[in-house]
Amino acid sequence: MLVKKKVFWIIWLLFTLMLSAYFLIPLIKQENQGMFLIGETTHGHHQIEMACDACHTKPFGGKEVLQDACVSCHAEELKAVSDSHPKSKFTDPRNADRVALLDARYCVTCHREHREEITHEMGLSLPEDYCFICHKDIAEDRPSHAGMAFDSCASAGCHNYHDNQALYEDFLIKHAGGEAIKAHSQRPTLNAFELLNAKKGYKALSIEDLLATEKTYDGDILQAWQASNHARSEVGCSDCHQQEQEPWNDHPAVATCESCHEFQAETFFLGKHGMRLNADLGNMTPAMAKVEMKADAAHKELSCTSCHDSHQPDLSKAATESCMGCHDSEHVRNFPSSPHALSTDVSCATCHMPREQKVEQGLKIFRVNHNQNMNLKPNEKMIRSVCMDCHSLEFSIDALADEKLLENNFSGKPEVHIRSVDMAIERDKSKSNKDSLYH
Amino acid sequence: MSLPSLLRKLKLPVAAMLMAILFSACNAKTEESAGIKPEMYTDSLFAVMKADRTNYTKLIVKRLGPAGANVIKPDEHWEDLENGAPLPAQMFRAGAEGVTGLTDKFTYSLQSLWPVNKQNAPRTDLEKQGLQYIADNPGSNFYGEEKLGDVTYFTAVYPDVAVAEPCVNCHNNHKDSPKTDFKLGDVMGGVVIRVPL
Repeated sequence: MLVKKKVFWIIWLLFTLMLSAYFLIPLIKQENQGMFLIGETTHGHHQIEMACDACHTKPFGGKEVLQDACVSCHAEELKAVSDSHPKSKFTDPRNADRVALLDARYCVTCHREHREEITHEMGLSLPEDYCFICHKDIAEDRPSHAGMAFDSCASAGCHNYHDNQALYEDFLIKHAGGEAIKAHSQRPTLNAFELLNAKKGYKALSIEDLLATEKTYDGDILQAWQASNHARSEVGCSDCHQQEQEPWNDHPAVATCESCHEFQAETFFLGKHGMRLNADLGNMTPAMAKVEMKADAAHKELSCTSCHDSHQPDLSKAATESCMGCHDSEHVRNFPSSPHALSTDVSCATCHMPREQKVEQGLKIFRVNHNQNMNLKPNEKMIRSVCMDCHSLEFSIDALADEKLLENNFSGKPEVHIRSVDMAIERDKSKSNKDSLYH
Repeated sequence: MSLPSLLRKLKLPVAAMLMAILFSACNAKTEESAGIKPEMYTDSLFAVMKADRTNYTKLIVKRLGPAGANVIKPDEHWEDLENGAPLPAQMFRAGAEGVTGLTDKFTYSLQSLWPVNKQNAPRTDLEKQGLQYIADNPGSNFYGEEKLGDVTYFTAVYPDVAVAEPCVNCHNNHKDSPKTDFKLGDVMGGVVIRVPL
């Protein structure tokens, strides 16, 4: 009887230890933590869901801790788009009654993670008529809005909670009218290389300039390199393949590219292509994606060189061919037969990796933002950064609101019309607007 | 007189003196812990705000804007213009937003009974009362207490006066301004400062 009891206790002890180890080891080693996920992660965060501490930076602290995590990744973006509902609007005590109904001081009030069953487009986990809480009397100030459903405020082309840069009333009025397709594209030309090279006075390297090393160079690679911007800006083989006396590396990591292409790398890390690398979770692969991908590309690993052939002088491969090597949605499949592809030089990157102006060393430089999610959703974010380079504001709003056009990759004219511009013009005419020096 | 009898006689006066000293010390401590009066605190804050706001309007907007050297464009949508500059009211609000990131000891806002943006109309009962008071009594401030959420606030409302031509020009000509006959020196709105008690 005593022996039986002893055996029971030993089994119980072993079972307890094993169970504890099963849960504690992943926590301590911070790997294979999938068992702790309390629900499906949204499209915006699923890539880094195994890095629990990316958001849950401390075990205790609740909403404040989560808020800090949200802000650490998204603050700059919200600032850049002049967030229409910044936290400071809700920390003012005069809005205490509103905060009691909707605590908009915290991102997680509207964006609860791991709650797929209640999550809408844009990661919104509230009922879609939430605008009602603060703007229920909007029709008093804007009679044109009387009778409109409150779940339609954030419809394509009307309003966004955060980014209204292309939708605010005065912008709609200022850019009303104009040709649907402009005679000349106003797309900025990439000038970083030319401007900085001229400023730094680089002299192009040739194959003869390369230092003799034990490495045997591939002739084709050398010819390609000689014609590339790398050679033109005095970047030789060892600058990438053998940094700081390290052994030769055939496949330089993103950090090597980042040492010169800082802005491109920074923005790459913010997007869905690079956010896993940023969280030290290894490379993103199409197999992990939640959008449609080509089966034969499932295990390709995303880094700078998965899209760019760094030895080639032609960067256009990365602008379309590389994207289509993995992505397989209807929108993507229809691109080659679209007017953009057939009649213009518009590529995937034209729209999804817009050119941004930065002032650097006193020079106005246009560079490619490599966070392809920055202007993706809601799609009105594209209007100013991309669409209006070639199209009128009204055409852009209508086209982006037309589901069919999005699927067939803009083959045809918009069949829906959003009245935002009309309403802004009508209201403006109804007011006794006078000229002023200040607006 | 023997020492014990002297002590007996002095017991009462000494006790009274000790009590008095103790009381005055306590009193002094109470006064010390009360610190600066909320009214003096908000008056001082408003003095800084008003000086900065007036200076920005006169030294930057008027001097460098279209009424002056015309090298900057003060505009409601200044961020969309290469040489755009915030309007004085926007500059003031930017300050208020900046303060929320620095301290929770006070908040302030710019409001009006005739707001260009309807969100800047008074909302709480005390705001409505205060804005009306400073409009009806030019030159006077308004002070009160109100409970918002779970917190009681000392709330002060100060007149926001048209100090320069740009103030009048902009508001009188704005399509969303409910009042279009402001004159220099008029009370156009109020600065509301709140201190949690």
